[in-house]
Amino acid sequence: MSDSSTTASGAVVDAHHEHPPYQRHHFESVDQQFDATNFAMWLFLLTEIMFFGGLFTAYLIMRNWYYPAFVEASHQLNIGWGTANTGVLIVSSFTMAMGVWSAEMRKKGLLILFLSLTFILGLAFLGIKSIEYSEKWEKHHVPGLNWSDASFVNPASDPEVHKLYPQDKPLAPDMAAKTEMYFFLYFAMTGMHALHMIIGISILGFMLVRARAGAYTTGHVTYVENFGLYWHFVDIVWIFLFPLLYLISRY
Amino acid sequence: MSEHKGQIGHGGQAEHDGKFEQEEVEHGEEHHIVSPVIYLTILGALLVGTALTVWASYIDLGEWQIAPGLTLFWNPVVALAIACTKMTLVVLFFMHVKYSTKLTKLTVACGFFTFIALIGMTMTDYFTRAWGRW
Amino acid sequence: MSAATIVQLPDQSTARIPKMNFLTKENGLLSWLLTGDHKRIATLYLISITFFFFIGGALAGLIRLELLTPQTDLMAADTYNKVFTMHGVIMVFFFLVPSVPATIGNFLIPMMVGARDLALPKVNLLSWYLYVIAGCMAIYTMAAGGVDTGWTFTTPLSTHYLNTHVISTGLAIFVAGFSSIFTGLNFIVTIHKMRCPGMTWFRLPLFVWSNYAASILMVLGTPVLAITLVLVVLERSLHIGVFDPAYGGDPILFQHLFWFYSHPAVYIMILPGMGVISEVVSTFSRKRVFGYTAVAFSSVAIAVFGFFVWAHHMFIMGISNYAALVFSLLTMLVAVPSAIKIFNWAFTLYKGSITFETPMLYAFGFMGLFTIGGMTGVFLGATGTDIHLTETYFIVAHFHFVMVGGMLMAFLSGIHFWWPKWTGRMYPEKISQLAAIVTFIGFNFTFFPQFILGTLGMPRRYAAYPPEFQSLNVFSTAGASILGVGYLLPIIYLTWSLKYGAVAGDNPWQATGLEWQTQSPPLTENFPVIPVMDHEAYDYDWLEKQEQKEVASVG
Repeated sequence: MSDSSTTASGAVVDAHHEHPPYQRHHFESVDQQFDATNFAMWLFLLTEIMFFGGLFTAYLIMRNWYYPAFVEASHQLNIGWGTANTGVLIVSSFTMAMGVWSAEMRKKGLLILFLSLTFILGLAFLGIKSIEYSEKWEKHHVPGLNWSDASFVNPASDPEVHKLYPQDKPLAPDMAAKTEMYFFLYFAMTGMHALHMIIGISILGFMLVRARAGAYTTGHVTYVENFGLYWHFVDIVWIFLFPLLYLISRY
Repeated sequence: MSEHKGQIGHGGQAEHDGKFEQEEVEHGEEHHIVSPVIYLTILGALLVGTALTVWASYIDLGEWQIAPGLTLFWNPVVALAIACTKMTLVVLFFMHVKYSTKLTKLTVACGFFTFIALIGMTMTDYFTRAWGRW
Repeated sequence: MSAATIVQLPDQSTARIPKMNFLTKENGLLSWLLTGDHKRIATLYLISITFFFFIGGALAGLIRLELLTPQTDLMAADTYNKVFTMHGVIMVFFFLVPSVPATIGNFLIPMMVGARDLALPKVNLLSWYLYVIAGCMAIYTMAAGGVDTGWTFTTPLSTHYLNTHVISTGLAIFVAGFSSIFTGLNFIVTIHKMRCPGMTWFRLPLFVWSNYAASILMVLGTPVLAITLVLVVLERSLHIGVFDPAYGGDPILFQHLFWFYSHPAVYIMILPGMGVISEVVSTFSRKRVFGYTAVAFSSVAIAVFGFFVWAHHMFIMGISNYAALVFSLLTMLVAVPSAIKIFNWAFTLYKGSITFETPMLYAFGFMGLFTIGGMTGVFLGATGTDIHLTETYFIVAHFHFVMVGGMLMAFLSGIHFWWPKWTGRMYPEKISQLAAIVTFIGFNFTFFPQFILGTLGMPRRYAAYPPEFQSLNVFSTAGASILGVGYLLPIIYLTWSLKYGAVAGDNPWQATGLEWQTQSPPLTENFPVIPVMDHEAYDYDWLEKQEQKEVASVG
């Protein structure tokens, strides 16, 4: 009945198992390995949903309590950069999905192309983010570090934003102080998101090296598929961050 | 017990032993390869959604007075609706959930459910307390 | 107590531990530190959590010593605050949360589902390393002066009014949280995807169901704790104001986020223990668990309902009356599945052939003490009584009854029950029964007076108290010394048994379950051939037929 034989030392050789080199020994089949690791990645994404969930809860409460402060503070974010970043991430999601497709179709050249594009787009996102962050630093809008709410107590002191949003009234000092809360949430949420992007891009770099060695185009698409899930998740977080932080009210 | 011809069966899904059609559906992941045309369509839809949500933020969409003291503003509703739609497209197509097993779909649903529970149940406190600055 | 016992050991004159097993497969430190074998990782965890248990226990000893007298004479009030905080942090995050899942669960779940290992062995090892790193951070915190906020880190005390090591403790718990998440994630994947042929969901041992439910809580709840701790760390270092009223924040928000995890955490702690009890009660009554489906579903129900009741820790903190009402009602509901389990175990015992080996003694202790602890939880779930009883010793007694009288007893029950499987050797029965009884007596003397102290009004987390409470406190401390003996004894005799214990054989308890059908200690790959499950769980008739068929041989 059993096809395995027991050697003298008690170790067992599973003679009936001819499995590809990338199948780990505790799995019975490649299918099982793929299913299990895919499911594991989804569970990990669940933890990420709940991780960001705490921040979204805090945001929801603070935005509703301090709406005027949040509106005026959000005008400090450049909508051009924000929209560009959204576009960059959406396209990177597309290139990542195409990367998975290339791995499934065993097209190594295309896989490398799409992974590289995703990598570059990821870097572009971080580049734009760092431009935005340094702008915030220059304007003293970094909470806890070099904060000043002068731009909100007196919008005219910030001509570049005031020109775009002349309807913004000077805020009373206590409401103006709440703009720091907005920026804290801005930095916490986009910072946490950027951290996930950095991790993702690093793994992408590693994957590019492995892809060139042909690791993902022999039928073993698990790694690329699961990383793709992570990348799309990070994109989805941004899909929510963008309207919540940038598009509160621009009329 | 079903014959496994010397190879142990698929992934321990033992309750489906012998129901091979079921097993094929279970492994929809690898057998169904989503075509790039669909990916392109979704990309287009996502970019359109982005443009739409930016455009909507420049317009005052008004409000709905549900009851005295209880107002619903349409701008955030529209923004979240567009974001949720984009998320759904990414989840279903880019993340292949549309072609995945029931377990994957259930897992995704559990994630959303718990997230909504966190926000919703916390709100039962905040909505019923003195609303405004602490 | 009669000498009746179900233990059947092989002939000791010829019995030997099998030469090839997971402990002897490879030698050397690296083979342990880089192992993927779930059984070795479970062993590593067992050593680590025992270490932290004794640190937490020593801190408990200090607490009880201080409380012998009404004045703060043993240590300053601030020091006392640090002692009870570190006691809580270590016991909750470094002992109770990983106790059964990371040790017994890691060891058994692959075997119970008929797999060679967990789905993600490297992630399992990572989980242990994260635990160790977190433990080192916690020890650093203690050495550097400790933290005195209470294990609940209530804001704004923890964010603005103290200058103790909140940040390093918060980060230590953050890392420990990920250890827990990865363990839970591994279990869920393994249970879904790696069951052997024939192992349907309803043939799984109830231990697996309980750990599955606890794992769902670990995966979904712990990340919220993680982000909350990050926010506290940021608040402390950058003074942002999410939890600070002066900046427009809300301290209650911290509590909502904190308890969103910490309430499911108590179910993370107790559910695996309940799983142990199901196995032990069945084996020592020689009867299948009554109402298998009810027990299985009640585990999942506890997990689901457990997410909706967290604000019962916040009734007096400033939540609205409406929220208090909603959460109170839901709290009443969550007691029901736990009660269902107690009923089912009781009906399992009814008309069973009961014997009183050590695991069963601990299980009886569990059933009684958890019931008391659980019922007092219902008192606390009612807002009216909670307002009087919260933040008193009643709460302290309540959670120690469920956590120590419940969970710790279940852990010890499980350790004794699976010790022969783990090590190949039996522990000495008489002294272990004595230790179980000593523990039970010591526990009741320690914690029952605290219910009375609480109703009389003694507040918790105070180093000094009104002199009229002294006699009950002295009684409690006396009990604690007995309890300490009860916990020290197992360390001594279990270590002794590693060399001198009787050789156990494959199945000394005549228990059902796939783990008992392999050698003790098991092979690294668990089973030479992946088994096919062709009978229901707890099928003692099948077991009898097996024994008639097989020729028992050891080594």
